[in-house]
Amino acid sequence: MKREEQKKKVLNIRNDFPIFKNSDLIYLDSAATSQKPECVLRAQQDFYEKYNANPYRGMYELGEAATEQYEQARETVRHFLNAKSSDEIVFTRNATEGLNLLSYSLADHILQPGDEILITIMEHHSNLLPWQLAAKRHGANLCYIECNEEGEFTEEDFKQALTPKTKIVSMTQVSNVLGCENNIKRFAQIAHENGSIFIADGAQSVPHMPVDVQDLDVDFLSFSGHKMLAPMGIGVLYGKKKWLEEIPPFLSGGEMIQSVTRDHAVYAEVPHKFEAGTVNAGGAAALGAAIHYYEKIGFDFIQEQEQSLSIRAMEALRNIKGIHILGSKDPKKHHGIISFTLDGVHPHDIAAILDADHIAIRAGHHCAQPLLKHLGVLSAARVSLAFYNTENEIDKLAESVGSIRRRMGYVESDVL
Amino acid sequence: MSNQTFYNEILIDHNLHPGHKHDLEDANLVLEGVNPSCGDDIFLKLKVEDDKIIDGAFVGDGCAISQASADMMLDLIIGKTKEEALKLSEIFLRMIKGKITDDEMEQLEEAGALQDISHMPARVKCAVLGWHTMEEMLKGTD
Repeated sequence: MKREEQKKKVLNIRNDFPIFKNSDLIYLDSAATSQKPECVLRAQQDFYEKYNANPYRGMYELGEAATEQYEQARETVRHFLNAKSSDEIVFTRNATEGLNLLSYSLADHILQPGDEILITIMEHHSNLLPWQLAAKRHGANLCYIECNEEGEFTEEDFKQALTPKTKIVSMTQVSNVLGCENNIKRFAQIAHENGSIFIADGAQSVPHMPVDVQDLDVDFLSFSGHKMLAPMGIGVLYGKKKWLEEIPPFLSGGEMIQSVTRDHAVYAEVPHKFEAGTVNAGGAAALGAAIHYYEKIGFDFIQEQEQSLSIRAMEALRNIKGIHILGSKDPKKHHGIISFTLDGVHPHDIAAILDADHIAIRAGHHCAQPLLKHLGVLSAARVSLAFYNTENEIDKLAESVGSIRRRMGYVESDVL
Repeated sequence: MSNQTFYNEILIDHNLHPGHKHDLEDANLVLEGVNPSCGDDIFLKLKVEDDKIIDGAFVGDGCAISQASADMMLDLIIGKTKEEALKLSEIFLRMIKGKITDDEMEQLEEAGALQDISHMPARVKCAVLGWHTMEEMLKGTD
């Protein structure tokens, strides 16, 4: 697409987002949560205005309409991920909940004392703490694959980390700090050859690239709706049907059973076995609308736009004196996530000064303390892009970051 | 584009050139203060004799607000009695919540430069880290 066309399309897209209207906000924290287009907000509102009843319970027309809305959303997710069956799509609250579900249901089912769970050092705490706890409960060992400064490790590193005792491998597809992508398809294949189950954390990948669960051949994939235009409180756990059928339920309660006696219960079919209690049907409907919006914009455009913005941002930022960008030097390997430190300025002060310029970024340890420790960094500032960001916003970011050291009282000669 | 921030000259100066950021070998009170959300981590060191703070210093890492605030606090409390220092702490913490008289503001001297932090809830913990550490330290010795 020509640059002018691309620019025009982004401006049209921005009109779909109420939060950008009449605002000078420069939002560069989409890896924390994305902004929401009007059609998504309307879908949630529509559910409650037109279809609101408790799905699966109401023995009346409205109740059936509510069920249909919810199940349509499940089918939309199935199609988006190219899963074989909508039975493989479990609605959760977010990526964290899906991973916690597995750390109980799957871990309880297969872990024996002395077994190993393998994760990488770059995991978000949500793909680390559940496994740390599961390992403790089962007398298993939590093992780590280390990465280099660019967030990379080789196939050989991975193979060496696997042992006959490795029952579970859980790995992020895209790092929320470095933005690097792990070759999930290849690693899942190697894990399977070793007899290990492979789980992918898709929180930072699903919103930014096509993810085909059959092509990747992962056993499970967990992600959040709120990072991909949908509201907070709706997420998805994809699981191969044979696994979902085999493992026990996580939460128990209403509408996840076939029959209950005083001492026994027969659970509902998948995916309902994993959806105890009243579901977030309004959120699911909104996630469905978000996916339709993604399909309308198209990943070709999204990836082109996010990559060209990453290139522009890294080229401008890397010329700023005292800056250190974490991870690869190649913007194409960042997937819109650029974390950095600035000599002599704490990341929280960076974020506060950018905030004064109406630029929203994240600062801190990004829920990845073991990774930052591994990289020898106490904390970092993080810029994260989405397809609704503009070149102009990136230029303003670079100008602001370039002014920070001066605004904190440093003079040019102090640098380096 | 150079919008106003609460990083005023006083705060910046205390952050870049802290007068009290050094070790204090003859300190008889030492306490670590940590603010996990920012990663601020300081060790406050005081030399207290006959209820009077003879000398004080701090070491550690953290954001400009935590470092400057600890430095301003030491400017104020060195030479004061424990009771006077705790009174100043009470006034400072009240300033951060936004309730303080002009007279009290004067007593805080340069530490008053942090008044605007009251509009930044996420950074309040940074500003009060040194003060809370000092309170805990002095109350622990009673």
